[in-house]
Amino acid sequence: MTTDGALGAAFEPSSLELERRAFRRRASGRSVVVALVSTVLFAVIAGTLVLTSPGWDSVRTTFFNLDIGTDALPRILKGLWLNVRVLFFATIAVAVLGTLLAVLRSLRGAVFFPLRVLAAAYTDLFRGLPVLIVLYLVGFGIPALNPTQRFPAAVLGTIGIALCYSAYVAEVLRAGMEAVHPSQRVAARSLGLSHAKTLRLVVIPQGLRKVVPALMNDFVSMQKDVGLISVLGAVDAIRAAQIAQAQTYNFTPYVVSGLLFVALSFPMIRLTDYLSARMAKREQTGGTV
Amino acid sequence: MSVLELRGVHKLFGDNHVLRGIDLAIEPHEVVVVIGASGSGKSTLMRTINLIERVDDGSIVLSGDDITDPRARVDEVRSRIGVVFQQFNLFPHMRVIDNVTLAAREVHKVPAAEARAKAEGLLTRFGLGEKVREYPDRLSGGQQQRVAIARAIMTDPELLLLDEITSALDPMLVGEVLDLVRSLKEQGSTMLMATHEMSFARSVADRVVFMHQGTIHEQGTPEQIFGSPQRQETRDFLARVSHR
Repeated sequence: MTTDGALGAAFEPSSLELERRAFRRRASGRSVVVALVSTVLFAVIAGTLVLTSPGWDSVRTTFFNLDIGTDALPRILKGLWLNVRVLFFATIAVAVLGTLLAVLRSLRGAVFFPLRVLAAAYTDLFRGLPVLIVLYLVGFGIPALNPTQRFPAAVLGTIGIALCYSAYVAEVLRAGMEAVHPSQRVAARSLGLSHAKTLRLVVIPQGLRKVVPALMNDFVSMQKDVGLISVLGAVDAIRAAQIAQAQTYNFTPYVVSGLLFVALSFPMIRLTDYLSARMAKREQTGGTV
Repeated sequence: MSVLELRGVHKLFGDNHVLRGIDLAIEPHEVVVVIGASGSGKSTLMRTINLIERVDDGSIVLSGDDITDPRARVDEVRSRIGVVFQQFNLFPHMRVIDNVTLAAREVHKVPAAEARAKAEGLLTRFGLGEKVREYPDRLSGGQQQRVAIARAIMTDPELLLLDEITSALDPMLVGEVLDLVRSLKEQGSTMLMATHEMSFARSVADRVVFMHQGTIHEQGTPEQIFGSPQRQETRDFLARVSHR
């Protein structure tokens, strides 16, 4: 390998290449300056507009009151812990139900016609229904079926959220499975693998990889929608904020709980962006566009 | 008993009559090479044997079992036939070793350790001992196709179907794959292969079958087909491919 080393050491960029590199450096330096100036300018204008508006003082005391915010924080955090638990169980339920629906929709053969139709009807229905309506129907409908037994509002809320999101996730998974090239199925079936094993070992693992960013996006979306269970009376972060607001006539607790939801979803949003970028990069290897 | 016997096989895609009554028998350890222009029905013939396409008439018999009988167990039939594709069709999410052992583990219920040992032996013999733990996209086309062949013969199929396995390869890499096929012949594999590699067909085939417009137009030993073809269409085809 000594020749390789010698070749590597011998490589010196030509003056043409050095000139190109210098130009790229200058161009990117200019872009950074332009971006910096325009950002600062925009921040200054927006800040001035808000701070000089006639109602700013009352907005500041009603929405950004530090004392009230600090007071409400422990209760809102306690509520947020409920949201996190609901999110945890809803995610598991969505993963199971979503996969099941996607598999049912991809079944072939006349025998499975009713199952296919049922799965399709389910996904159509729950993708169209507003989450809030599903929550009302589940939250007040299920208890009405059996008035002698009480389910906690958080449990009913989890069911409602899982029903809605499994429809979205099923569609994403199905798209992923259909994006796996048919030759992969043919290869698996040619080895003697059954339809079920082909799905489990060949199609689903590859399909899942293709839709990871879309699934994580749905997860981020679900992360904030678990706040909607507050309409059923579960004392989550939003409900806790609402209680604090009713006691103080001040909206700062809402802002606090909003910030907490953003903080909760932030790591996942960054991770999604990172994974999407990495996958895009991998697909584009070999090109500069 | 023939390993494979086709009797009056027909296949239609809508109005397109792709196979028009194919009769063909392959004896144990025989290598039959199918040649013919694109669209002559070579690939469709392969796909009907593997039950990827259902025949519209006639029957296919694998070692005495009529596999075109609707009661035939499709998965079981396919597990007795090894297939190598033009585009390799390796599973990109599995390592080389898992690609090769998949059918043994999942279909033939061979214990994992045993399957692994056998696959490693095969891959080493195929010059791929270093690549056992790699993913397919890290391999060259020729290496991928050799893995695909290892995958196809891992469970000792009764018949090996090779469908234009060098057509997607860089000319530099064709040789390594063809050498491997030649060594399989020497070990007694029964093979049916479609190919455009005429010189290879000539050297490896026990019998050459020329397909034209969905029929077997002419067949014989390589010497007969390449040396003194009897039919005008055969002569035209060979003249065209040799002047490329």
